[in-house]
Amino acid sequence: MILARVVGNIVATQKNVRYESARVMLCQQITPEGEDTSYSCLALDSVDSGIGDTVLIVQEGWSASTASTGKAGAAIDSAIIGVVDRIDLLADLPS
Amino acid sequence: MQLARVIGTVVSTVKNESLHGRTLLVVQTLDRHLKETGKPMVAIDSVGAGVGELVFWCRGKEASFPFKREDTPTDCTIIGIIDSEGHVTNNK
Repeated sequence: MILARVVGNIVATQKNVRYESARVMLCQQITPEGEDTSYSCLALDSVDSGIGDTVLIVQEGWSASTASTGKAGAAIDSAIIGVVDRIDLLADLPS
Repeated sequence: MQLARVIGTVVSTVKNESLHGRTLLVVQTLDRHLKETGKPMVAIDSVGAGVGELVFWCRGKEASFPFKREDTPTDCTIIGIIDSEGHVTNNK
């Protein structure tokens, strides 16, 4: 799974039938510290995330399809499966 | 899934039987600012995309799911056409 920030919502009228009623979100991968990486991707939303949210994205077909459409076997390779509230890093903990 | 621009078509006469009737398109992957990233790839079309259109594609095994999945050899399929560039660039 990767950490990402939701930066947008993609509108596509013509799309695979299994994507209907799902939201396609534009996501920017981030480091645990919150910095942008060079990787961005699209992911189907399964948790009602919004622009600006830090999210967890799964990039494996079976899980992505099951999470976002309720059934496996859709042409989906990434899905948002959680909204991140907080990341605690060892480096930030008081010693 | 990734954003991409369709930049050309590929014509192939001799190909796997299950690819007959399928359109092969050359796609250039784009980042969220619509800048080119990486090298162009060949993708199968499942939605009727044309040259110049902004699309998104799916990678890996899941790419064969819009078709007869057991025997369609593909690892990159176009699965949606984005309505307009503004739908990407108007975002923060």
